[in-house]
Amino acid sequence: MTEATGFARMTGTPFTPDWFETVSVNTSAAERRAASLPGRRTVKKDWQAAWLARAITCIDLTTLAGDDTAGRVQRLCAKARQPLRADLAEALGLEGLTVGAVCVYPTMVAHAVKALAGSGIPVASVATGFPAGLTPLPLRLAEIRYAVEMGAAEIDIVITREHALTGNWAALYDEIAQMREACGAAHMKAILATGDLKTLSNVYKASMVAMQAGADFIKTSTGKEEVNATLPVSLTMVRALRDFRDRTGQWVGFKPAGGLKTAKDAMNWLILMKEEMGTRWCMPDLFRIGASSMLGDIERQLEHHVTGRYSAANRHALA
Amino acid sequence: MPAIKDIMQTMEYGPAPEAHAEAAAWIADRPVLGHFINGRFTAPEGPTTEVLNPATGAVLCRVALGTGAEVDAAMRAARAAQPKWAALPGHERARFLYAIARHVQKRERFLAVLETLDNGKTIRETRDIDIPLVARHFYHHAGWAEVLETELPGLAPVGVCGQIIPWNFPLLMLAWKVAPALAAGNTVVLKPADLTPLTAYAFAEICREIGLPAGVLNIVNGDGATGAAIAGHPGVDKLAFTGSTEVGRTIRRQIAGSGKKLSLELGGKSPFIVFEDADLDAAVEGVVDAIWFNQGEVCCAGSRILVQEGVAPRFFAKLTARMETLRVGDPLDKTMDVGALVSQRQRARIEALLAQGEAEGAVLHRAPGQLPAKGAFCAPGFFTGTAPAHAVNQTEIFGPVATTLTFRTPDEAVTLANDSRYGLAASVWSENINRAIEVAAQVKAGVVWINATNIFDAGAPFGGYRESGFGREGGRAGMLEYLAPAWEKAGKPRPAPAPVPAVTPADRAQPDGIDVTAKLYIGGKQARADGGQSYSVTGKGGAVLGQAALANRKDVRNAVEAAAKAGGWGGVTAHNRAQVLYFLAENLAQRQAEFVAALTAAGTPKPAAEVETTIRRAFWYAAQADKFDGAVTATKTRHVTMTVNEAFGTMGLIAPDEAPLLGLMSLILPAIAMGNRVVAVASQSQPLIAARLYQVLETSDLPAGVVNLLTGERDALARTLADHDDVAALWYCGSAEGAGMVETASAGNLKPVWTDQGRLRDWLDPAQGQGRDWLRRACQVKTIWLPYGA
Repeated sequence: MTEATGFARMTGTPFTPDWFETVSVNTSAAERRAASLPGRRTVKKDWQAAWLARAITCIDLTTLAGDDTAGRVQRLCAKARQPLRADLAEALGLEGLTVGAVCVYPTMVAHAVKALAGSGIPVASVATGFPAGLTPLPLRLAEIRYAVEMGAAEIDIVITREHALTGNWAALYDEIAQMREACGAAHMKAILATGDLKTLSNVYKASMVAMQAGADFIKTSTGKEEVNATLPVSLTMVRALRDFRDRTGQWVGFKPAGGLKTAKDAMNWLILMKEEMGTRWCMPDLFRIGASSMLGDIERQLEHHVTGRYSAANRHALA
Repeated sequence: MPAIKDIMQTMEYGPAPEAHAEAAAWIADRPVLGHFINGRFTAPEGPTTEVLNPATGAVLCRVALGTGAEVDAAMRAARAAQPKWAALPGHERARFLYAIARHVQKRERFLAVLETLDNGKTIRETRDIDIPLVARHFYHHAGWAEVLETELPGLAPVGVCGQIIPWNFPLLMLAWKVAPALAAGNTVVLKPADLTPLTAYAFAEICREIGLPAGVLNIVNGDGATGAAIAGHPGVDKLAFTGSTEVGRTIRRQIAGSGKKLSLELGGKSPFIVFEDADLDAAVEGVVDAIWFNQGEVCCAGSRILVQEGVAPRFFAKLTARMETLRVGDPLDKTMDVGALVSQRQRARIEALLAQGEAEGAVLHRAPGQLPAKGAFCAPGFFTGTAPAHAVNQTEIFGPVATTLTFRTPDEAVTLANDSRYGLAASVWSENINRAIEVAAQVKAGVVWINATNIFDAGAPFGGYRESGFGREGGRAGMLEYLAPAWEKAGKPRPAPAPVPAVTPADRAQPDGIDVTAKLYIGGKQARADGGQSYSVTGKGGAVLGQAALANRKDVRNAVEAAAKAGGWGGVTAHNRAQVLYFLAENLAQRQAEFVAALTAAGTPKPAAEVETTIRRAFWYAAQADKFDGAVTATKTRHVTMTVNEAFGTMGLIAPDEAPLLGLMSLILPAIAMGNRVVAVASQSQPLIAARLYQVLETSDLPAGVVNLLTGERDALARTLADHDDVAALWYCGSAEGAGMVETASAGNLKPVWTDQGRLRDWLDPAQGQGRDWLRRACQVKTIWLPYGA
């Protein structure tokens, strides 16, 4: 289930430090807003089912482990094609529902492309020395080109945290801009590794630099940092991309990743997107969730919705 | 119902109603709410009125309008129960309060739904804010009951408390009133608002459930007339009122001279100040929590938004966008941000004010979207293009609409913020800590939130400056409202002062020596009385001691103006103030013999002790000047919650007739130690001591205008000071009738008045004539909230 995009692809802007240099994000206020959001909105019954189904379409079903193999990736892709058990999909009127993308390491891209052939599901590849991003720049750029050559339609790059932590924003801009160029037609998601950046002001600034440099998506985490996606960090990034949209008219997507494990998490992040950005940013061309275990919980919730009985994990196919 | 596939496109929230069958059944079982008196629910004797669900207009039940007889019964029950309740060990009272807290939690969902049905506020707020704060309040005060004797020694409960609460936070305001009163050992007669009596009734059932002794808490339902009967009842020792400033004024006048302790939590028009370096998204969300919280029916709502000019367009654009996502509707729906106003009457009042704002030329921006057809709903909004002179900037709207103004500099922000009769709360948004704290210090408000708004905690005192009332609720300061020094009621009535004689020459001549000129002392200068008149002062055996200046109302005016100009005194370091007081003591000591002789001639009973005690007292207050500190209170994690003891500004002091030196200085010293400027009226019978005193003041490095001394007819001068809108607080040691007179007059600007009710005290006794009580009375608590996070 893919959506018509209907908006021009991001081009980025020249490096414009004025847009972020003086910005200071108030941490406690961001935390307050993030804490109150799940209490302000909720969805029940059919609406809950619809929102959970929407969340499935936004999932970048992910495997990024040292022991990934072709077989493991094929299994994941099979799940991506049919994230819901057939009887549940039918009961919900959601035949043909798929996840947003499958996300793998560059050497696994070929396996994924093959396994997803004909499904319309894009393959996303991490690149640029994921997760630390500290291999030499030419190698990182070469890695992007490799993944694209293998058929990846989306590239999840990681930023050099050193540039952000030392305030070397121009260097960060140059690097990301080169990565975007290397991506070519593939869409680029810039992973900010917010758990390493620590402060929300850093998160805002890094978000703005990544967008100026042409990132199609900004993404919170590799999943490998000590702290991954949190609501206050996500709120800060979403507000940055809203500011960027209001300044430039360009639309940027958002991808929280790491730490989102439950159906409740999916709801909370969708509520965040709807409240801060509007319905349009709840769609998979502008919102993705990087997750592996979340889908299982959503399946169980949806089965409960259909049957009225609480479900168990073993009733749903493994990813 | 739309298909799941379609909802996936619209991403609508859909209905999410909170179940309310249990609450509805509870209401249905109680078609008429009577009273809770002496541990029993009683059927009403008088008329009843309808209780409506403002979101639907449906009649929920009827509620009694309590009669004088019912109030009387409740008062008798409270009086009878009080000694035993007060005599319980603190731990025993703590157990009751703890049980109340626990049971509020056990019934939290029921109470939340009931409150929403009755008031129209959203279930999110009752569930996440009101009821948790109620439980927190009782836990906190269970703690005060436990530690009362050691933490607040030497104090006793006031007695029977009359408490009148509003409809905007029905159960929370009950908790704010009842918890400290009971913790301190008082008993209570409480009147809920007739619009919202349900949760108080349920609370009474909880009190019965936990076995609270009969008569400790009594609830009399009713309207304003019932409230007036409670306020005016002779059995009340302490009255606590939360509501409008107009009713607060009426109550102030009604109980003037009764000796009842009073605390008032009244209206506001609180500034919400956004600096250019603020996190604008955070500040926009702050507006949501400020004026769109509880439908704007919040006394401390940030209702005057002041935005620095350079960021105003961006801020208003963001605010407009945010307003569009507000959900207004069925308050029982869990996804609503704004519910119903409390009544159609309230809605009509608000809409009329909004229309007036538009008629005055301001532009009203309102949230789009259809309001429910039935119910007292009001679209949230804000004004742009207002001027300070517009009615909407001065009047409390008490609805979900704020006004906005722009400013250029921090000074101007403070000036605009303080351009109000009110002084309840303020909110300051800036990422510059220096600026934020400077503004927090400058703004006249009892509560200041930095980069936050409408945060409450039982441990953080809440209450107003100016016409927002006086007294605090919460924390140590809140407890003190329900306690009094144990000895205080003992004093005998003060005899009348010597009458001011004719201002024509008397028949006996001056004693030997050069004639003495006793003037007034205004603005650091000796000043002749405006009226050009003096009066003869007689001492021991009727001897004429000399002539004192006879001040009139223009001298009061001049003295208050001089005091207003001496604002720097509050800004100097406490160390500097202490130094001045020490120096004053030193200079007084040098002239000790002369003062003893003068007091001897005046005929005071212990002249030497009086002078010596005055010197010691100056030392004591000098010592306290840099030690009577505020505190940092433990409220929420990662919040610095500071309570600061702030000077009032200009205080009027009416000295007792007896002890002409010590009595006068016992008032002046604590007031100026805390940074106030004072206009003091000296002993009417023995005013010449004041004329000697100003010579000492002149040599003590006291800045001009900090102490102004007037002599003349006590009650005439007291009246002018009590009336004066630029006098922020008043102490009066005169007659019982005079106490009533100044309390009545003080209703103009609602200045806090302390009187000794015309009772003599032993000024030589440090327990009566000096102490922390005096320092507490000399300042008002400002609570500053500073949430933090790197």
